[in-house]
Amino acid sequence: MAKKQHYDTPMLDDLENGPWPSFISGFKRLRDEHPDERINNMANSLLGQLEHSYETRKGYWKGGTVSVFGYGSGIIPRFSEVGDEFPESREFHTLRVQPPAGNYYTTDMLRQLGDSWEKHGSGLVTFHGQTGNIMFIGTTTDGTQHFFDEVNEYGWDLGGAGPCVRTGMSCVGAARCEQSSLDEMKLHRVMLNNFTDDVHRPALPYKFKFKVSGCGNDCMNAIERSDFAIIGTWRDDMKVDQEEVKKYVAKKGREYITEYVINMCPTQALALNDDDTLNVDNRNCVRCMHCLNVMNKALSPGDDKGATILMGGKRTLKIGDLMGTVIMPFIKLDTEEDYERLVELAEETIDFWAENGLEHERCGEMIERIGLVNFLEGIGVDVDPNMVNEPRQSSYVRMDGWDDEAIKWFESKAEGKQAAAG
Amino acid sequence: MAQEHRSPIESGCPDGFQYMHPVMRKNYGDWAYHEDPRPGVLKHVARGGDAIYTVRAGTQRILDVFTLRKLCEIGDTHGDGYIRFTLRSNIEYMVDSEAKVEPLIKALEAEGFVIGGTKNSVTMISHTQGWLHCDIPGTDASGVVKAMMDELIDEFKGWNMPNRVHMTTSCCQINCGGQGDIAINVQHTKPPKINHDLVSNVCERPSVVARCPVAAIRPALVNGKPSLEVDEKKCICCGACFPPCPPMQINDAEHTKLAVWVGGNHSNARGKPTFQKLVAAGIPNNPPRWPEATAVVKQILKAYKEDAKDWERINDWIERIGWPRFFELTGLPFTKYHIDNWRGARRSLNSSTHIRF
Repeated sequence: MAKKQHYDTPMLDDLENGPWPSFISGFKRLRDEHPDERINNMANSLLGQLEHSYETRKGYWKGGTVSVFGYGSGIIPRFSEVGDEFPESREFHTLRVQPPAGNYYTTDMLRQLGDSWEKHGSGLVTFHGQTGNIMFIGTTTDGTQHFFDEVNEYGWDLGGAGPCVRTGMSCVGAARCEQSSLDEMKLHRVMLNNFTDDVHRPALPYKFKFKVSGCGNDCMNAIERSDFAIIGTWRDDMKVDQEEVKKYVAKKGREYITEYVINMCPTQALALNDDDTLNVDNRNCVRCMHCLNVMNKALSPGDDKGATILMGGKRTLKIGDLMGTVIMPFIKLDTEEDYERLVELAEETIDFWAENGLEHERCGEMIERIGLVNFLEGIGVDVDPNMVNEPRQSSYVRMDGWDDEAIKWFESKAEGKQAAAG
Repeated sequence: MAQEHRSPIESGCPDGFQYMHPVMRKNYGDWAYHEDPRPGVLKHVARGGDAIYTVRAGTQRILDVFTLRKLCEIGDTHGDGYIRFTLRSNIEYMVDSEAKVEPLIKALEAEGFVIGGTKNSVTMISHTQGWLHCDIPGTDASGVVKAMMDELIDEFKGWNMPNRVHMTTSCCQINCGGQGDIAINVQHTKPPKINHDLVSNVCERPSVVARCPVAAIRPALVNGKPSLEVDEKKCICCGACFPPCPPMQINDAEHTKLAVWVGGNHSNARGKPTFQKLVAAGIPNNPPRWPEATAVVKQILKAYKEDAKDWERINDWIERIGWPRFFELTGLPFTKYHIDNWRGARRSLNSSTHIRF
């Protein structure tokens, strides 16, 4: 294969200027400096097509059907509509590879992945795409199989694409964060790897995402971006190191602590005492994390840790943006049985949605269509006042089952008390 | 010719512990607090006294293997060989001693990487694929981000903002970029142009009809061929029909515009998580540097920086000062398009005498 003449790329060349690292310079390194002519030509062709897009303000990639043997998912097929003009990147598929929970890598492993990718692909990679996958961008149909076969042998598997369980995401969590109330890595792997078959073989109404954040700061954007959000929290009192509180007050001043900590508490659960210690109304603390963020050395999560589960978050298409809704205010996650309970909840949810969701309907959209109560009955979860901001405002509802429901409520309260006592 | 196929090993999500820095492994779940020694550097201290230092850097996100190897080499020479990536694609190097931090920073900066993106900075814009790889994009992603980060680099490197600023871009109205304090998203302004010759061959027509959020698409016979037609009075130009039916071309060199949204916040800190709200639209989709979009973003950042209190995210700030003042301070026009008419829109109307004068 001979080296091809370079396409002119005046618009892209402009993106080599300026102080931020330039992706275009990287493409050009592949075009000009890589020892493999296949990669030189592919990068040249890609630059040519991208310049064409910049000129015409249009995209020129079409989807299609490409998958590796045994899977129906994990590849984003891309065929060029202008392949005659830019033939060396005519097929430019992406492999979505699942990262380790928490996105940890050694340099050795990154090198090994890079070596495999340059053998079979374009040499372009992103850590990570918006769903959370490692994106190996640009290879032929044959290349997808060869690259997958190679990296699959040393521990890497494809993620989801299409109507299936998607690659999960978890925050840095317990590995490096004092705010963590979960074992995020374990949760991520227990949940995702229970659904490996649903990741690789798309057979659901639409995508289904799990995300794990270790606290209410929700660094993984789980509530808004996942169908099943697992957020760390605690039930007992937050921990206060009063000596450290005094140090903050001494350093920042009472006025600052009052204005930026006490007054910013959303439930007015904080007060600064005359001796510069902090008074916390733990019954009204909603674990929002603000004061812990500001005074992270003085304030910490409590010991009775667990998770809040929210379901149904998604972006705009089709009915508009939806946040997740609280489905389980608190679940302990200490024992293997606790984890099994959570897996069962996810299985019930996915089964019910697979049965009742319309084509291309996210779980949250289904909940919107059928109502939260029907969904809860479908997955076998009792109602809880933590699921709503406020009770209904409209009287237009049939309520002839009231007495039974009230009895159910008191019975479940009594059971809860018994369980707590026993 | 029959080919021998290798069966996949369905290993799923790999265990991260094998790639984790030993100090993090040892202190898993046992961290006491963290400090911010300087922008781009975190120091986490475990209850037992161990400390881990993290150096965070911005990159071009789409890495060529040369850049990937360079990042690895820096990690081996100046770090401990352990790396992770943040949600916004910043790279993080973890090292076990303070002495390694400055040489690591110097090495990264010498190669053009940018140290920062922590605490109250404008961190890396999280973005999508755009013209580089997506099948439905109205704009590019990497190019928009490169052009904007060139201008916002000092905000990435510093701690100049009242609180952290998360920005996102999206190349279509599906909005894969997600919610952001500031989001720069494609907004189409004209209905799709339909190639009726192709529709019946390429599109599963009932699915396309079902995909429309406002029921503006119906089956029709055009030039004797089964096709689809759009009620252009109902059409909201969202482009939802384009992915399942590429002959319904929504992207247009002139009429595909950019819009800017603010106040999306995923965190539960202080208020509950919030969605972003429209503030500016009609911004030209202007490669290679999109200067008009960057100008709007800088206007918003300037007003936020000058007027917000410490710890207020953009949504917190606007909630305190009110939307009329936001438009006043940013100099952006308020138009009829800012008034929502989608389902549930009534909750966005002011039904009170709460008005700031």
